[in-house]
Amino acid sequence: MTFPQIRTAGLDGMLVSFADALSEPANRAAIAFRSAVEAARLEGIQETAASLASVYVRFDSASLPHGRLTAHLQEMLAAKDWYKVPLPPGRRFWRVPTVYGTELAPQLGEAADLAGMSEGQAIASLSAARVRVLTIGFAPGQPYLGPLGEEWNIPRQTELTPKVPSGALTLAISQFVLFAASAPTGWRHVGQTGLQLFQPRSADPFALRPGDEMQFFPVAKAEFARLQDNDPACGGAIAEEIGV
Amino acid sequence: MSGLKVLRIGPAASVQDMGRPGLLDQGISRGGAADALALHEGAALLRQSPDLAALEIAGAGGEFEATGPLRIALTGAPMDAALDGAPLRWNASHRMQAGQRLTLGAVRSGVYAYLHLGGGMATECVLGARAVQASSGLGERLAAGDLLPAGEDPGGETGQGLEAEDRFSGGTLRIAGSFQSGLFGESARARFAATQFTRGARANRMGVEMLPEGAGFSAEGQLKILSEIILPGDVQMTGSGAPFVLLRECQTTGGYPRIGTVLPCDLPRVAQAPAGAKLRFDWVSLEHGLEIQRRADAALKALPGRCAPLLRDPAQMADLLSYNLISGAVWAGADPFARED
Repeated sequence: MTFPQIRTAGLDGMLVSFADALSEPANRAAIAFRSAVEAARLEGIQETAASLASVYVRFDSASLPHGRLTAHLQEMLAAKDWYKVPLPPGRRFWRVPTVYGTELAPQLGEAADLAGMSEGQAIASLSAARVRVLTIGFAPGQPYLGPLGEEWNIPRQTELTPKVPSGALTLAISQFVLFAASAPTGWRHVGQTGLQLFQPRSADPFALRPGDEMQFFPVAKAEFARLQDNDPACGGAIAEEIGV
Repeated sequence: MSGLKVLRIGPAASVQDMGRPGLLDQGISRGGAADALALHEGAALLRQSPDLAALEIAGAGGEFEATGPLRIALTGAPMDAALDGAPLRWNASHRMQAGQRLTLGAVRSGVYAYLHLGGGMATECVLGARAVQASSGLGERLAAGDLLPAGEDPGGETGQGLEAEDRFSGGTLRIAGSFQSGLFGESARARFAATQFTRGARANRMGVEMLPEGAGFSAEGQLKILSEIILPGDVQMTGSGAPFVLLRECQTTGGYPRIGTVLPCDLPRVAQAPAGAKLRFDWVSLEHGLEIQRRADAALKALPGRCAPLLRDPAQMADLLSYNLISGAVWAGADPFARED
């Protein structure tokens, strides 16, 4: 397959993909191309969203037929090199206290085995990684974070874990997902945080934006419990503006 | 303000409308009624907007008391309904007075029943809609003791009925190719259309499990596929090889590959298929799919014109004795053979 590529998504959608594997430039391209499609304000476009390496466009084919939208998108793709665009301004860096392993995050050992590490090595590796919000999806306000090193390119489970709690830090294919709500998942539960990512009745319901960065530093269970009591919304997580 | 007091209710009842389209970038699926056609039917019966919220009830019914005069309509999976003990017609609109009790039994076929109020249900609006998405913290399922307030009802006729499309026992689902269909190969896609599926036990407002007769399905490199946007109707293969058809409350993104997308107009048939129902998939081209969907959209717009006054069924008239049934027979000018509609 050659990229970028335009494909249909159901009856009323188009997907513009910049890669079929995660890469930093493809993720950046997706975020930038999506803002460009929004800015173009084509009549008939109903919604856009950026995924890890693609842009989804939902449209009304009665006012904007498939052929015409495809031509527009092709023209925009040709206009510049979307793999060489800067990250958006106004991003934040989050430091998040995290319990790795224990009964709070029971799959650390399994994930470490798959990556060929001891649990101690796994904690050192994961807590040193400064990762980026690559996209938000699957559930309200819930980020895909990465990329982690190639050693963490471990597959999802074939069976779903029936439930991980809100705040669960899970891992697969060189990415984290930090759960915004309790849910079933095929990703392995390696850490537990106390950060609430989605508060629907707050004036600002979503904690994260694509492009924000995060680091999950290890704390003991007793410290985690203390942080949870003192700071129920964030579990001790601290955000600061990333300097320009 | 008039409304319905909930005296008794099953575990899976929630207020739903057309949901929250446009929030995919925040990870919020559009959600809303599992059977959107039922919302249109209720709106047609009450001569109001299909955007108004109604109560969606899965499986087991409940009991409700009117706190003031109300117009109601009943659509979706049929239940035994009664007003103060007198049977009520399904797919119809009715009137309730303050203090009257509405009882709904278990569904007779299908999964999701809908109870509509004239003026809609004026529950809390969060992020632009009243649709409850309990798994995402958007509203809560209904519980006994709750009050369902009616929105302002300009009033209008009741006693209207509608012949509803039968979508309550499985059948054929039209499916269009999507951006990951190619991962499955031509022979797997052909076998997919030739396979009979049984609706499995795992089903909710997010998706419905379809158990294949014979071998399961998988894509090349299935467990390492990059997570991608999910659309309602996407047919997702989990690791076990059994597909799930994802509904409007599905996740917004995910990594299990999807063989295609069921047309929006066939999603009520997916949601309403009870466990054990038999289903098949029928591939349609994009052009053909668009044409089918256009016809379905036109049929929704035509629903109000298909509502007609209910014919009175003497077996369902609780106050039969109060009607003067023989006066016509003694009027000399009457034609004894005329139909009495």
